[in-house]
Amino acid sequence: MSYKIPMGPYHPGLEEPYKLEMICEGETVQDAKLHIGFNFRGIERLAETRNYIQVIALMERVCGICSNIHTLTLCQAMEQLTGLEPPPRAKYIRVAMAELERLHSHVLWAGIASKLMGFKTMFMTCFALREKVMDVLQAISGNRVNYAMNRIGGVNRDIEDPQALVPMVDELEREMMRTIIPIFTTSATARSRCAGIGILTHEKAVSCGVVGPTARASGVAQDLRRAAPYAAYAEMEFETPVEQAGDVRARLFVRALEIMESCRILRQALSKMPPGEIDAGEAKLVFTSGTATSRVEAPRGEVMYSVSWKENSRNPSRVHVRTPTYANMPAIRWMVRGARLADTPLIQASIDPCYSCTDR
Amino acid sequence: MNLWKRLICTCRRRSPWLFHMNSGSCNGCDIELVAALSPRYDAEQLGVRLEGSPRHADIVCVTGPVTRNAVAAIKTVYGQVCHPKAVVAIGSCPATTNVFIDSRTLAGPLDKHIPVDVFVPGCPPRPDAIIQGVAKAAEILAEREMKPAETELPPTVEEARP
Repeated sequence: MSYKIPMGPYHPGLEEPYKLEMICEGETVQDAKLHIGFNFRGIERLAETRNYIQVIALMERVCGICSNIHTLTLCQAMEQLTGLEPPPRAKYIRVAMAELERLHSHVLWAGIASKLMGFKTMFMTCFALREKVMDVLQAISGNRVNYAMNRIGGVNRDIEDPQALVPMVDELEREMMRTIIPIFTTSATARSRCAGIGILTHEKAVSCGVVGPTARASGVAQDLRRAAPYAAYAEMEFETPVEQAGDVRARLFVRALEIMESCRILRQALSKMPPGEIDAGEAKLVFTSGTATSRVEAPRGEVMYSVSWKENSRNPSRVHVRTPTYANMPAIRWMVRGARLADTPLIQASIDPCYSCTDR
Repeated sequence: MNLWKRLICTCRRRSPWLFHMNSGSCNGCDIELVAALSPRYDAEQLGVRLEGSPRHADIVCVTGPVTRNAVAAIKTVYGQVCHPKAVVAIGSCPATTNVFIDSRTLAGPLDKHIPVDVFVPGCPPRPDAIIQGVAKAAEILAEREMKPAETELPPTVEEARP
């Protein structure tokens, strides 16, 4: 006889309020239903009541983990509407910020995943390392979470001495190579909790339309930084790690390799940063009527903003956001089918869900 | 105050257990709260521990601007925490609803629903500030120990519904 186990919305295994309803047969999960909406703050509606300066501050608070990505995407869309082009230095600073954010997000995810594995030591190690990334972010922007770096036509703050940050990145990479990656790839604890669980096959990944590291772990080689380069990504050299297995271990591997690639991009962005202005220097912004869309590869996958504007208006008439978790969420159902009940917190965390982005 | 009670007070002050509640936050304050427990800031030196169950906790840390969906849960969780208890509102959202002000899906600020002892301002506050807020709440907790327990029953599910 099957029975239903509700998990959440306030549950120690979940980082955010959402509800997972699992239909179980003994210890085995047969099906799962996901209920979201506990974080719904009505941000898209609020954005219509804010002017073009306020809307950036509002959208930064869609998500506290990928706050820079949201303003970057929004600013890129608004730049299309105003016809402004950010100068090259601003584009490099945007790349550096985006990669630092990816680094801290992936390390944070590694920490949370190891906590869910019951590997508390690793959780502390990850968070100690994450503080080093936060140091770099703080050195650049002065903030730890909401960096307020992007504006229409450029960035708000300059990186005055990019070369001075390179040793910090080197140290970060060394620490990653020395502790985090070997432990995740060779430790028996990590392997026994991750290998072969939560499998998402290539076919299912394609049919669910998953994005980001979840897709890349199932053999779908898609990366917007390469497929549709934005900011200064066209000038960067990097690999897109792809794994075929589709289990939690593959997702762990993809993120670990992405951390290394992020360090590589970061070093290039800091050392090749061209001199010059950091914003287009337009005092008065003139918006044209129309809709502009912008897509960016966030740490969790593709983020898309669609911004509509009416001429001579200070406020956007519509801001639509599509977040990576929205695309990855349906895949959880296929991942947990047939899994053991004790593995479900780790499986649902393996897509790196961010429900505050999804609910908005 | 007898010796036994004084000992209990000291124990309460030195080992506050937290229950973290996300009432529609953007994750910013939540990761800063976790960062406060990590080795750099090390809130555990104050005896602070993050607890999974509200029945084991002394201090409720609420983040987020209190969405309508979260109100019932906040009241239930607050009712489930045993006396003495303290509430810390982390970030500007529970205090004022921050940038989300005017949103129709919010039922904030937090002090409309449950009594708040310490507000930690900031968007998000730094981990140092969160630790200071929790330490302050621990002192409040120790003082509250001296007062007789309020005869307040946790609201039933029907009562807690908005």
